[in-house]
Amino acid sequence: METMQQIVGQARAAFNSGRCRSLGFRMQQLKALERMVQEKEKEILAALKADLHKSGPSAYSHEILGVLKELALAMDKLPSWAAPQPVKRDLLTMRDEAYVCPEPLGVVLIIGAWNYPFVLVMQPLIGAIAAGNAVVVKPSEICENMARLVSDLLPQYLDQELYPVVTGGVPETTELLKQRFDHILYTGNSTVGKIVMAAAAKHLTPVTLELGGKSPCYIDKDCDLAVACRRITWGKYMNCGQTCIAPDYILCDPSIQSEVVENIKATLQEFYGEDVKSSPDYERIVNKRHFKRILGLLNGQKIAHGGEADEASCFIAPTILTDVSPESKVMEEEIFGPVLPILTVKNVDEAIEFINRREKPLALYVFSNNKKLIKRVISETFSGGVTGNDVIMHFFLSTLPFGGVGNSGIGAYHGKHSFETFSHHRACLIRDLKMEVMHKLRYPPGSQKKVDW
Amino acid sequence: NPYAGLVNHLRAAWLSGKTRPMEYRVAQLEALGRFLDEKKEDILEATASDMGKPSFEAYFTEILLCKNEINGTLNNLSHWMKDEHVDKNLVTQLDSAFIRKDPYGVVLIIAAWNYPIHLFLVPLIGAIAAGNCVVFKPSEVAKNTERLVAEMLSCYLDNDCFAVVTAGVQETTRLLENKFDYIFYTGTSSVGRIVMTAAAKHLTPVTLELGGKNPCYVSDTCDVQNVARRVAWGRFFNAGQTCIAPDYVLCSVEMQEKLMPALREAITEFYGPNPQESPDFGRIVGDKHFRRVRALLCSGRVAIGGQTDEKERYIAPTVLADVLPSDPAMQEEIFGPILPIVVVANMDEAIDFINARPRPLAVYAFSCDSKVVNQVLERTSSGGFCGNDTLMHVTLTSLPFGGIGNSGLGKYHGRFTFDTFTHHRGCLHRNMGLEALNALRYPPYSQQKLGLLAATFEIKRKGMCTLL
Repeated sequence: METMQQIVGQARAAFNSGRCRSLGFRMQQLKALERMVQEKEKEILAALKADLHKSGPSAYSHEILGVLKELALAMDKLPSWAAPQPVKRDLLTMRDEAYVCPEPLGVVLIIGAWNYPFVLVMQPLIGAIAAGNAVVVKPSEICENMARLVSDLLPQYLDQELYPVVTGGVPETTELLKQRFDHILYTGNSTVGKIVMAAAAKHLTPVTLELGGKSPCYIDKDCDLAVACRRITWGKYMNCGQTCIAPDYILCDPSIQSEVVENIKATLQEFYGEDVKSSPDYERIVNKRHFKRILGLLNGQKIAHGGEADEASCFIAPTILTDVSPESKVMEEEIFGPVLPILTVKNVDEAIEFINRREKPLALYVFSNNKKLIKRVISETFSGGVTGNDVIMHFFLSTLPFGGVGNSGIGAYHGKHSFETFSHHRACLIRDLKMEVMHKLRYPPGSQKKVDW
Repeated sequence: NPYAGLVNHLRAAWLSGKTRPMEYRVAQLEALGRFLDEKKEDILEATASDMGKPSFEAYFTEILLCKNEINGTLNNLSHWMKDEHVDKNLVTQLDSAFIRKDPYGVVLIIAAWNYPIHLFLVPLIGAIAAGNCVVFKPSEVAKNTERLVAEMLSCYLDNDCFAVVTAGVQETTRLLENKFDYIFYTGTSSVGRIVMTAAAKHLTPVTLELGGKNPCYVSDTCDVQNVARRVAWGRFFNAGQTCIAPDYVLCSVEMQEKLMPALREAITEFYGPNPQESPDFGRIVGDKHFRRVRALLCSGRVAIGGQTDEKERYIAPTVLADVLPSDPAMQEEIFGPILPIVVVANMDEAIDFINARPRPLAVYAFSCDSKVVNQVLERTSSGGFCGNDTLMHVTLTSLPFGGIGNSGLGKYHGRFTFDTFTHHRGCLHRNMGLEALNALRYPPYSQQKLGLLAATFEIKRKGMCTLL
């Protein structure tokens, strides 16, 4: 059994050999990853079904489609992303070559999360490989089937020394974090995020932390409630609420609260039918611990819809809570489950104040027919990202950087932003050894004449 | 916590939104420009007292470069602040997709002593431009400059939003216990670790501008006199107390022999026959630093200089020949006016030597053969690189300035400073209508829906088009 030190050391030696520098090599690895996703689609979907009760089409559209898209983008754009970028020169450097050269960082560590266990490992991996790094991949141990699959598949398709997979729980991850990496991308919660950053600090390792928080969703009185509620229902209950950018709670005027509830109920019927439990498209809570945690949040709450649960299958029905108090337990932590609290606010000012009193969330949502109101909410709040008049969707546009701020994270990735996150932007100035006369001005002896010039 | 009150005061100002409007930021930046103009003489005097900084150097690095940053920022601020619209995919064609530039909030800047105004002012310019409130701590090692900043800068900036803190090691530790929304630190790797560890407790993003030993490879094919001048200039500027100074030279034994008289000539050209009397040569900043640098003299053999004067904290511009990797001068960043020459057989050996060591802030290579310069560039890794000169790459503000590995994390200068202190927020503003287009993504799922969805989401390779 290899130790963490050996695995990381081997990856570093492989990186130092220089073979992952060439664009041709990186393209080859990306192409192999693409083949892996296409050839092993059935196995990937099966693992997602076993771990999270994800249906085929849901798993495909949320986890595989996005990965194929990122691979296609990276392969298409790699030559332009990796090319040196000339910069504007000034009077002193007019005759020189000045450019920024993207270079690999070295050995990168990617720690995946359990809620979208495939895409949250693959998307960073694509960026890290494209940028020319060696990558140690640590999938979440909570999704046992996916962790096993990833550790079986990657060595079959990729260079085994450069891209090792490490499995295990807290003790193995702690050991892994003692090693020196050149960048760490961690997806998970703030508590562990702090531990990862503290470990990184010992080696001065830059980090990207994709964390979470309570993503607020403000519904203005002036909006098409049916449409808004359908979009919110989709984003809230996908993956049984276990999505870092799910709308966590709703803020709205008390006068529309019951209409919101009715619309969501109607949409739930549309999506999952009469008996949600028997819908193949409704997922389960990942494990008993989270099941109990989420059920506990319902204590003392007014359940307007749902609330049914079955521990044996970790099933919790899509649930709506009304007239929730800001001080209740359900408003203390990120819910990460199919429970949607509705809190009433008198107006958008109160909503903005409410949001700003809390930690900066990963995502923020606002629904309104009034464009100015949406612009105002964006300008007067802070969050990792925003979608107006929908939920989740900013995640799928890879030209937008995806990441948190404050407690919801550090750094960003997706698309070209992944490439840049995993690259060092090296400033290069190449001068002429001749033309010495131009340089005389800066040499001592200094004089007022020179300064005034 | 002794600083909790101050940080809370700034946080209240931050929450009031005072620093957001462009006009406010412009006014503060213009005030900084006035500070540099009106207090120029005081700055030159303070830095001369602190480390014998020659007024020519002080004017160039502490005034001129800073004013350039202010003007560059003022000229571009409205452009930098604007929402950056991004390319959209098929699904978002009718939406508004842009990156919003949000300030972080209350940020902390900790500066080093060697360019004591520049190293807090340039980050401060970017932090203000980006709309933040700022606590900044000039270095306590440059005592006179610290006092000047503490006493005078508050007359120029809005004291509700910008605060100077004077603090030594103990106080800085307490300062770091507070929550900041960004921390920008310039200094040593060991303190960098402490800063990042403190930042981790609050998930505070950081930029660390650290140091290392910057190698300078001189190939056999080069114009020796020009090389000597450029290397000597970079090494002895500020008496060697420059994070990007060429720390040591790697060259062949023949080149070492050629370089020596050329370096001697350059030093005499710059500082005269007795550099101690030259107004253009600086001093070591403090007694502890003086003793540390002096101890490095017993490395190799002193070929040029070597004289010291403890009373003045003067160390002569010194070149050490035949230095071994095991010598004291090769164990730490020199940060003084001593240039060791380490002999290597050829370029390959030089590159291996560089790569066996922690990645530095800068790598320098001198050669008339551009292939040699490119080889060194391609086969090494460093914060930045300059071919055929020293230091100059950091004066071009369109180039990012920062380290890698032990030499640092993050980058700044010019627009990069603004970006450092900005949260790039991905925003998608969608249409409430056209709900039919969303139908594909909703349950109940089916293979048919999936096929259509895949088609709208896919990126086809090169030149093929997608059908809606």
